[in-house]
Amino acid sequence: MGSDMTTNSAASSAIPTTSLLQRTVRSIRLGIWEIARYAILVAVAAAILVPIVYAILGGFKSNGQLVGDPASVLPTEWVFSNYTDVLFGANAGDFWREAANSLIIAVVAVGATVTFASLAAFTFARMVFPGREAVYTLFTLGLLFPLTVAILPLYVLIKQVGLDANLLGVALPQAAFGLPITIIILRPFFKSIPVELEDAAKIDGCSTFGFFWRVLLPLAKPALATVSVLAVVGTWNSFLLPLVVLQGADQWTLPLGVMNFSTQYVSDQARILAYTVIAILPAIVFYAFAERQLVSGLTAGGVKG
Amino acid sequence: MTALTARPRGRSGLLASRLTILLFLAPALFMFVLFVLVPVAQAAHYSFYDWTGLGPLDKFVGLDNYAAALGSDTFRTAVSNNLLLVALSLLVQIPFSLGLAVLLNRRFTGRALFRLIFFLPYVISEAITGVIFRLLLQPDAVIDSGMKGVGAGGLIQDWLGDPTFVMITLFIIISWKYFGFHLIILLAGLQGIPREIEEAAFIDGAGRWQAFRYVTLPLLGPTIRVSVFLSIIGALQLFDLVFVITGGGPITMGASGATVDASGTMALDMFKTGFTNQSMGAGSAVAVLLFVFCFVVALGYQRLVLRRDVEGALTTNG
Repeated sequence: MGSDMTTNSAASSAIPTTSLLQRTVRSIRLGIWEIARYAILVAVAAAILVPIVYAILGGFKSNGQLVGDPASVLPTEWVFSNYTDVLFGANAGDFWREAANSLIIAVVAVGATVTFASLAAFTFARMVFPGREAVYTLFTLGLLFPLTVAILPLYVLIKQVGLDANLLGVALPQAAFGLPITIIILRPFFKSIPVELEDAAKIDGCSTFGFFWRVLLPLAKPALATVSVLAVVGTWNSFLLPLVVLQGADQWTLPLGVMNFSTQYVSDQARILAYTVIAILPAIVFYAFAERQLVSGLTAGGVKG
Repeated sequence: MTALTARPRGRSGLLASRLTILLFLAPALFMFVLFVLVPVAQAAHYSFYDWTGLGPLDKFVGLDNYAAALGSDTFRTAVSNNLLLVALSLLVQIPFSLGLAVLLNRRFTGRALFRLIFFLPYVISEAITGVIFRLLLQPDAVIDSGMKGVGAGGLIQDWLGDPTFVMITLFIIISWKYFGFHLIILLAGLQGIPREIEEAAFIDGAGRWQAFRYVTLPLLGPTIRVSVFLSIIGALQLFDLVFVITGGGPITMGASGATVDASGTMALDMFKTGFTNQSMGAGSAVAVLLFVFCFVVALGYQRLVLRRDVEGALTTNG
């Protein structure tokens, strides 16, 4: 112990002064580098946050202030009625209905995507049958067919099957277009669960579905959370499909509602801002809770897609 | 003997398992075929007809819809706008995202918070993003008066009204919305590279930049290519943001004297032709052209990338 300390101090005293100078220079340079890093990151973060903060604070301003002094940061008088009117005012029904429509579509679409994709991914991962890879490839090709390209015939089809002006007319196609990425993420995860576990379950009298339902799905919870979160964000924000399929204000989803509100009450900027802020709140709250799943889903999809 | 008794059981077991596979696969396959494959095939079918979307599909016009689309100023403007967005995304957005990913690829206080903020716009819907930015960018609104406030009033543009500048404005909004997405993908790629490899380069006398350029960047190749690919496809299919923010405007004069959407994209042209002008046939032709664009890019990119990867492997071996 004592001898260690003496060798240490001997070693440090043996370091020539130039090295000390070099070290100081290096730590200064590192310090500058650190400051630069923070400066860049803070500047970018500010650029991201300014529009959002502007919308939040703008929702508390009067229209007079918004138009007369647009660069002012804080409201001169806090107008809470912009927000409370959206939520509880005479036309509050619009907002709640839109939120409910968005929620119904999200629940149905995400439920269908995750359920059907899990079943399909299970066969692709753990069963042997002729044409398996061909069918799997067919699904992966789906990544090349974005909803945008198919929207005109999709609209014709939805009308033909009588799902136009129906929330299902949005939810079902949305679910179908979510299948490829969900299957692609789930398949390797299902594959990684050891065969021994399946054999053991079979010996204990588990059917194939029993194994899938009682063993595999509980084990795959993290992957299921990931694909669900991914599907929720995609469905919640989807715009083109609801725009085309849904007829009439009583079916609008939140993005449609916000857009229409903003064109209908052009001069009432404060109210528009309050409306947008309230409309993005669910997504932000959801994001705060599910950031990890979302990120792991995107990176998995990104790396394998 | 045993083989004989085992056989029938095996066969019925096989049948049962085939049935299970069918039951498991059927719902997904049915939905996928009905809502994805059939519509895509139908788009190709409709594109050969003069059809409003109502009534019988009986006016076959051959390639007329394609000729009309390719000859129209609107479509040509849309293509050049889409290609401009592709170029800007690759030259500006991806390097920017990569730079920030490198800055975030180190443990320091506040890192998680920065990542949270940068990725935030990705979860906000395009339509709502569009509504906010449309308000922000009105003449003499907050952006303009803010720029005047910091003495940059000379740089103010007619952000959404100037036919040449409107695409730049849209690109900035696109970057605001999506750079965090690329950042997250690239950051995950960077974190997959063992720190020791870069340290080994330092020991071998490489500088910070050299280590990044010759060690980190090549190892990050696959991730960058995914990011680039998604960026290209996204730029080619842009619809929501343009529809909400400009609706294609401002309107200018095309080369042949017709009016043209200065900020139009292929997807917007498809939408307007199909729904606003009620020509499902002509709109479908635009949809097919958009799809061909994406498909060629996807295929060509994969070939190119594949070859590059092989070359890379050969040069590192040699």
